[in-house]
Amino acid sequence: MRPFTYTRAKDATSASKLLTGNPNAKFLAGGTNLLDLMKEDVERPSTLIDISELGLSDIKTISSGTNKGGISIGGLGKNTDAANHPLIRQNYPLLTQAILAGASGQIRNMATNGGNLLQRTRCPYFYEVAMPCNKREPGTGCGAKEGINRMHAIFGWSEKCVAVYPSDMAIALAALDAVVNVRNASGQERSISMADFHRLPGDQPEKDTILTHGELITSIELPRNNFADKSYYVKVRDRASYAFALVSVAAALETSGNKIVQARIAMGGVAHKPWRALKAEQLLVGKEATEANFKLAASAEMADAKPLEHNAFKVELGNRSIVLALQMAMNGGKA
Amino acid sequence: MFIGPDDHERPNPFYTMDEHESPDLTEDEKRLFADLMPEDLNEILDTGVNRRHFLKLMTLAGGGILAAQSAVAEQLIARPLSETIPTELVPASIENGVNVSLKVNGTARKLAVDSRMTLLDTLRERLDLTGSKKGCDHGQCGACTVIVNGHRVLSCLTLAASCEGKTVQTIEGLAQGSQLHPMQESFLKHDGFQCGFCTPGQICSAVALLDEAKKGHASYVTENVRQSAGPAKLSNEEIRERMSGNICRCGAYPNIVAAIQEVHSGKPVEQVFRSV
Repeated sequence: MRPFTYTRAKDATSASKLLTGNPNAKFLAGGTNLLDLMKEDVERPSTLIDISELGLSDIKTISSGTNKGGISIGGLGKNTDAANHPLIRQNYPLLTQAILAGASGQIRNMATNGGNLLQRTRCPYFYEVAMPCNKREPGTGCGAKEGINRMHAIFGWSEKCVAVYPSDMAIALAALDAVVNVRNASGQERSISMADFHRLPGDQPEKDTILTHGELITSIELPRNNFADKSYYVKVRDRASYAFALVSVAAALETSGNKIVQARIAMGGVAHKPWRALKAEQLLVGKEATEANFKLAASAEMADAKPLEHNAFKVELGNRSIVLALQMAMNGGKA
Repeated sequence: MFIGPDDHERPNPFYTMDEHESPDLTEDEKRLFADLMPEDLNEILDTGVNRRHFLKLMTLAGGGILAAQSAVAEQLIARPLSETIPTELVPASIENGVNVSLKVNGTARKLAVDSRMTLLDTLRERLDLTGSKKGCDHGQCGACTVIVNGHRVLSCLTLAASCEGKTVQTIEGLAQGSQLHPMQESFLKHDGFQCGFCTPGQICSAVALLDEAKKGHASYVTENVRQSAGPAKLSNEEIRERMSGNICRCGAYPNIVAAIQEVHSGKPVEQVFRSV
């Protein structure tokens, strides 16, 4: 690992100021991804600003504003605590499931909610510094596009980058229309919807999100919804546990009788950001919650997929996973 | 800038070979080098085993090539040829030193560390607590699992610098004197290991896992996460899911699950090797 200076931040504003003053500085929270990338020489910060002791870990009911009655989750709270908080388990079980589908018990105890959103791709070409990678080193090319791309994107990729975004938590947050609150060094705050928070690669795959240098994730807000009774997170991976998704689906339904009033579907493992299956959602609204309708919606969504040489299997897998997630959401977690 | 050893600095537990060690190889060891590194044999007989030879031997060991001569090789690798501390581990070479006070297994420790130093390396190389193991060093195997402030974490992905004021419990701190922790006893009874390398991490993980279950934590295989009715009673499937961050290359998983289930349920569990 390359040498770096280490500073413990005293408060959020001074942390952001320290970061803003140094383009090569990075925040350190849980460190589960950043330290690994530093060991691999992918990330080379000159300074780490440790923000892990700043607080910002509360989980509470929002008492005012547009998301009144929803829940606010501290950006520096641990994944384990978010997943197991009674308010989350009761009202947003989809989020609990998604968090618990990711990583291991040890890593969830370390990883923060904000840090989870800022995970980098696990594309092996990004991790291997001897390989070309536009995300790691803009302009060097993409090794995966014509290389081994079994794990890679089928939606929204560009000639520059075909990497997928790795978080499970964020897939549920996208389905639940979460909002990310950030604050910069001047104390200015802004709220970013999950739909806008992460980017597609386009010509700048080095940028995963729309955050600017120095902005700190202070909290994540979940608006109130009626999905708690009918939601499910399906994760398909190469082994039963502790692996990144090939395809994952966060599905949530609100029904009246057997009629679908609202539908939310987000997919992981298929794109450079959480992929909202908007086409499938629109097709489901007003329809009966039947397997036939689930299949129609799924195939409409997956028809737009553009698989690469080695990942065409993800199209059919996505199809079936959407149907399965919707069925399990309807049947209280049973297929 | 930190200069000089701190109070707790001790001779490094790893022995290294002096560059000018006089030849004192046994016949078996000479045969081993003749077989594996014939191009280096004369030099070894002349001036002894130096670090380059040693590293080469370790590389062969890593590749499994030593298997046939394992007994001799093991003896050679384990033999302290010299107690010189390698210069790169002398604390004077610390860059970007950070002072850290933490409590390890009940003892207050104060030391200055290189900002890059992980908790794992600090435990092993500065505090001589070599129970926690470095498996992958990338957070994928769980061999380095320790308990920090009551939570199981990966010490290979934790900077020592970030442990200010924290309480660390390692495998060395689980027993009370000669009284083993119930989880350690259970791993013995159920033969929850073969080579033993992952075991300290497995046991630390298991101890903390039972605490999580007592708090009613859910897992990905929990049927209904909305029901949180106090302490969770774990099925074997639950234990497997919750232990998935600890890899055992020997494949002692059925025994590990049985060991944890026995402590969790408080009832005797049949030893897997008797039930088949």
